[in-house]
Amino acid sequence: MRRFVALPLGALALSGCTVPAFGAHKGATTESSSVFHLWQGFSIGAVIIGGFVTVLFVYAILRFRRKGDNIPRQAQYHLPAEVIYTVVPILVVFGLFAATLVVENKEVANPKANVTVDVNAFQWGWKFTYPHTETVVIGQTTQDPTMVIPVNTNVHINLTSTDVIHGFYVRAFNFSRYALPGVLNQFTLEAVKTGNFSGQCTQLCGLYHSLMFFNVKVVSKSQYTAWLASTANPVAFAAAQKTTGQQTATQVPTKPASSHGDN
Amino acid sequence: MVDLITPPPAIIDVDHDGDEGHDEHHGATGILKWMTSTDHKVIGLSYTVTSVVMLIIGGLFAEIIRAQLASPNGTLVSLAQYNELFTMHGSVMIYLFAGPFAFGGLANIIVPIQIGAPDMAFPRLNALSYWLYLMGSITMLMGFFTAGGAANFGWVAYAPLSNSINTPGAGADLWIGGLLLTGFSAIFTGVNLTATIFYLRAPGMTMFRMPIFTWNMLVTAILILLAFPVLTAGLIMLYCDRHFGTHIFSVAGGGVPVLWQHIFWFWGHPEVYILALPFFGMATEIIAVFSKKPVFGYKSMVFATLSIGALSLGVWAHHMFTTGVVLLPFFSFMSLMIAVPTGIKIFNWIGTMWRGELWFSTAMLMALGFLFTFLIGGLTGIYLASPPLDFFTHDTYFVVAHFHSIVMALVLAGMGGLYFWGPKITGYLLNEKFGRIQFWFLFIGTQVFTFPQYILGLDGMPRRIAMYPHSPQWKTLNDWSTFGAILVGISMIVFVVNVGYSWKKYPCGDNPWDAQTLEWFTTSPPPHHNFYRLPQIRSERPTWDYNHPEHRSLAHGTGGTGTHHEPPLANAIVGALEHDQDHDA
Amino acid sequence: MRVEAKLLLGLGAFFGVMAVVYWNWGHENAGGVMMFAGMLLCLVPGSYYYWWSRRMKARPEDDPNATQGEGAGVVGSFPGSSIFPFTLGMGAFFVVLALVFGIWFLVPGLGLAAWALLGATAEGRRGGHV
Repeated sequence: MRRFVALPLGALALSGCTVPAFGAHKGATTESSSVFHLWQGFSIGAVIIGGFVTVLFVYAILRFRRKGDNIPRQAQYHLPAEVIYTVVPILVVFGLFAATLVVENKEVANPKANVTVDVNAFQWGWKFTYPHTETVVIGQTTQDPTMVIPVNTNVHINLTSTDVIHGFYVRAFNFSRYALPGVLNQFTLEAVKTGNFSGQCTQLCGLYHSLMFFNVKVVSKSQYTAWLASTANPVAFAAAQKTTGQQTATQVPTKPASSHGDN
Repeated sequence: MVDLITPPPAIIDVDHDGDEGHDEHHGATGILKWMTSTDHKVIGLSYTVTSVVMLIIGGLFAEIIRAQLASPNGTLVSLAQYNELFTMHGSVMIYLFAGPFAFGGLANIIVPIQIGAPDMAFPRLNALSYWLYLMGSITMLMGFFTAGGAANFGWVAYAPLSNSINTPGAGADLWIGGLLLTGFSAIFTGVNLTATIFYLRAPGMTMFRMPIFTWNMLVTAILILLAFPVLTAGLIMLYCDRHFGTHIFSVAGGGVPVLWQHIFWFWGHPEVYILALPFFGMATEIIAVFSKKPVFGYKSMVFATLSIGALSLGVWAHHMFTTGVVLLPFFSFMSLMIAVPTGIKIFNWIGTMWRGELWFSTAMLMALGFLFTFLIGGLTGIYLASPPLDFFTHDTYFVVAHFHSIVMALVLAGMGGLYFWGPKITGYLLNEKFGRIQFWFLFIGTQVFTFPQYILGLDGMPRRIAMYPHSPQWKTLNDWSTFGAILVGISMIVFVVNVGYSWKKYPCGDNPWDAQTLEWFTTSPPPHHNFYRLPQIRSERPTWDYNHPEHRSLAHGTGGTGTHHEPPLANAIVGALEHDQDHDA
Repeated sequence: MRVEAKLLLGLGAFFGVMAVVYWNWGHENAGGVMMFAGMLLCLVPGSYYYWWSRRMKARPEDDPNATQGEGAGVVGSFPGSSIFPFTLGMGAFFVVLALVFGIWFLVPGLGLAAWALLGATAEGRRGGHV
């Protein structure tokens, strides 16, 4: 079954540049590009089905306008047509579902990662902690924090929230995930392009929801190592690590005592 | 005391004075009559008027929201006011307009007449529904007049944002209280509709002869009974969390915030169909009448409605794909499956038009506008049923655009319903010229305001943001969206002007559209207990059969030429359902 | 009656299957319980209708060949108008305000509700509206 679906999907991937993008984009990670191809597949289906229905619809409007007072033939059932438009959508749905499963399994898989980032969302900012190093980045509405990750590396993200539900969304990754209080959400991504990408909280989280930005900076591996070394700050890290450790251990996040309490 | 009496046997000539005492309602007049009436038509009209007022209030909120977003650093309202505005926009539209308009307003008026009933099964409960709804609406909107402002946690009130620490103040409690009242109102209406449809049908009106609108209302009513109690329970839990120190949804006390989402969406997704099915029914009736044909694939239409109802209980967590804690394949599959019955409905609508004689009255234009807009909303909905694509678009304007395509389609169908059934309720037609102007403003405005939002969503604009200082390039598309919203606003003004202009101007007679179902057999407006007489009911179109005895549906084998087909599957099921009955009869 | 019964039984059976699949697959309690309750909400009245439908003659509305005369007669007896729905609605309104603004709103709220309940009951027994 999977191979059966993977084949056309792979063909689609190969010809990706000739198929229209339908408003989406390939993104900057391996995951985002498979999402993009799924998007293209769904869009082709939508255009075909939507186009077909629209043509029927417009034809009916133009062709069957009232011309006098005749009463048309009172046909109510047409077996072949009804069977076709029941069976075909079911087949389409199975196809879409199979394609979905392939991409979904790829996205929720947790391959071995070399870099881990603990992402903690709070009202109204982000904290990026790099375990086993001494780097922590904190930013709020006044200054957007930047998460730095290396290119071509599996990066494992541990997503938590301190207070309410936030949404970790990076458009370039074609991906979002809730930061839930009391839950450790994990996912892995592999950036394939260097550059600066913007991210934003997408789940309503209170007054300054509109301004809860962050950046993701994808750099080469050597630049990443250098950046880690230059930003090491044992004192801040110890404080941050303590709270993060508590959260994962007891699943009960507590509000950091630091300067985030402007609500 | 009035006995509910079913009408006398069918007679061709009717002496309208023959059953005096039932057609005239003696008693109080004026405002006291309105307050004490238990007539389903009076209650339904109150519902309709109230819910259209709510539509206008919610629309005003929308216009303010769009004005704020017309520039990247909008300063029209503050961040706090913006949160209140979109919360109340969503709440008013979902809780106070769409549902009550459909199952409290039009269904209340039309369903009993469509099945030949003298009133709803529980007239006093029906009146209570209206008062709970009205007081609930007032309660919810009272939030704007409290010190802390109205509720501001979004219409979904996700815990823990909705707890007493993050959202203190009376506005949130008023929101909960208002929802409790309207929730009970909906439950009572659900009880009433189910009982009416099960017990008060006219002789010969078997289940498979009920008009599609009534069928859709039956499924809606059952869904109301399944879903609304869950919401009410959830709201009580939320209230306890806020005031009585329980920790059902708070992590600190060992609770689970995601539980609120499960409870909310277990109500919330059936609610989507509770909103949509009545409007599907309206569009079905309108398209059939103005094509001069029976509903194409009547039985598959009924089974499509039933399957939507059945599946709707298993799809709630597609709103929660990005929480990372739900069973993705199950909900993805169930949600995709809903596309099948929905597709059947769309093809049936086109099949109804096929080879018909289309009369493009305002009601028909609205129904066709519904069909097209719903097609767009439905197709974009299929993307959202796929978890990877939902990760990509969740909580962006893509989702906002998707459900606005859907709900604006419902508004179009609802407006069609008003133009179609309004004459039956009031006895007077609305002006068609104004109607057409209103349609074009509404239809074009809808597309102009949703289409840029799809692109904005794909471009990464999150929902519920009051400003976008980092992305000024979104301004152009937002301006287009705002322009579309203004067009929609103008269409509402045209509607209000039309109602004023046409006030008691164009008397309509009993059956202005040559319509098919039973409500068009009685007078406009119908007498106190709806019918002076009833025709024999031998199909789902008794009025049509009566007026055009030589043009009955081919499926019934009594007229026309050529062969006809019935779907064997649907027929087998109907046969099995009715089989025992034949034995008894 | 039998169609109504089978409709509810069918829906209930579907919800039951869905609940079992969901619970065994997802091990998530809240949704499982709610689907199970949904199943009961369909099966209980459905079974009752089914039980009755086997013991009663087909009603005129279930008979495809019924004539209108068969349905003539008194369906039930109801007040033509009644103030008590309004009263009860106002009572509920004040009770809800008590949730928000303070317990003293319960006094008018419960008072109106009690009056409505007594009044509506008396109205039903006396047979006539206020």
